Amino acid sequence: MKQNPVFRVVAKILFAPIIMFGLYVQFHGDYSPGGGFQAGVIIAAAFILHAIVFGLESGRQIVSARVNLWMMVFGVLLYGGVGVVSMAKGGLFLDYTALTGSVATGQHIGILLVELGVGLTVTSVMLAVFHAFAGFVEDRAK
Amino acid sequence: MIEQLGDSWNYIIVIILMMTGLFIVIARTNLIKKLIGLSIFQTSVFIFYISLGKVAGGTAPILDGNPGTLYSNPLPHVLILTAIVVGVATTALGLALILRINEAFGSIEEDEIIAAKLNQSLARPKRPLDKHSD
Amino acid sequence: MISLIVDVFLLALLVLIAVMVVRTCKLYAVIVMSGAYSLTSAAIFVNLDAVDVAFTEAAVGAGISTILFLAVMAYVPADEKPSLNRNVLAGFICIGAGALLLLAVADLPSFGDPMSQVHQHVAPRYLLESGSALHIPNVVTTVLASYRGFDTLGETIVVFTAGLGVLMLLAGATRTHRMAKKTGKKTALGVSKRLSKILPKTMGKKA
Repeated sequence: MKQNPVFRVVAKILFAPIIMFGLYVQFHGDYSPGGGFQAGVIIAAAFILHAIVFGLESGRQIVSARVNLWMMVFGVLLYGGVGVVSMAKGGLFLDYTALTGSVATGQHIGILLVELGVGLTVTSVMLAVFHAFAGFVEDRAK
Repeated sequence: MIEQLGDSWNYIIVIILMMTGLFIVIARTNLIKKLIGLSIFQTSVFIFYISLGKVAGGTAPILDGNPGTLYSNPLPHVLILTAIVVGVATTALGLALILRINEAFGSIEEDEIIAAKLNQSLARPKRPLDKHSD
Repeated sequence: MISLIVDVFLLALLVLIAVMVVRTCKLYAVIVMSGAYSLTSAAIFVNLDAVDVAFTEAAVGAGISTILFLAVMAYVPADEKPSLNRNVLAGFICIGAGALLLLAVADLPSFGDPMSQVHQHVAPRYLLESGSALHIPNVVTTVLASYRGFDTLGETIVVFTAGLGVLMLLAGATRTHRMAKKTGKKTALGVSKRLSKILPKTMGKKA
């Protein structure tokens, strides 16, 4: 679809706003509908749109397979790490109040970090799955 | 009668959808169709949970500071929200398996795969996958 | 009242789409219909006050999942072969199971009943506490990340594992093997040579 100027221009214009919207959903999830799961899918959708219009190769240049895999791992580790830190600070596993000592700030920070971990994992899993499906035959032929 | 139907309309529809999904999974041999049947089944369960969480006259569980507001139950929402994302992840895994099955047997129809599998175990021909390894 | 009419109409629409999915043999049409099915169910979720769920369903069910199905359709036949041999048996099973479930509907709380058992256990505590103690208005977020943080950790790991599974099935096996042969020390996934000697045996095992 790279030859069609309509697709190309629209994809270029939409790419940044979609990611902005994803970040808004991610970090405003405390106050409005949204959170890590939705934001992850929306941000992945932006990269998938780019890969559909400009080709899989250029999509893989933006986010390489290795970076994607490390992001997947980092998201899960961030989630688990928040739990371990709260244990080290004297609380229970995933007891965010122990992070700062007060309920309001501790819960805020804990929820923000945990949602970030979820968002990272979901984004990179969705992207990795799409890349794997779209490049199935090319990967095999090499 | 109408009142009674309104009370359980959601549940009746959920059961109809669930059985439609089950029917597709049992009766159709195409693997892609089977996965879509599974997702229809899955969505019917989601609607069932959300229907149970609804409070008449309630609103979305986002607090507005007004003590008199009636909210719907947030717990089913949380359970289903995560279930939807896990659902698409498992669907992706199923699709990956379908691609590999298609590569190995050249078909995604269940009966043809079973026939091919039977042939393979009888004759032990050279497996089509072998050219890829090594 | 309006909300009830919308609910009845959308649910009927959902049944219509599901029946069309059963009757259609062209897989592209079936996949687009399943996207429409997801979008309609997202509208139902908004009507039932589950805005977060509707958001997720619209993004995941109607968006990503349709894209994934279409990506797979590039490699498989576009038409379903008609199969009639199991319709009667499957119909009997489904009608029988459906009739049994319909009998059980009588025991369910009536739709929208605020006194039903579902609303008595922990939900009131979530709704009361998350405003006054946690100062976070979206109760779904607090329950998801804080009260039920263990659940969500598990779900995240499931998503992660499913992603790994797809990578192993589609890209991982051949690439690890090939790169290990070519470069001799590092593979595409950054696995060392020693590890990659073990991995192809488990990851790349052919049926």
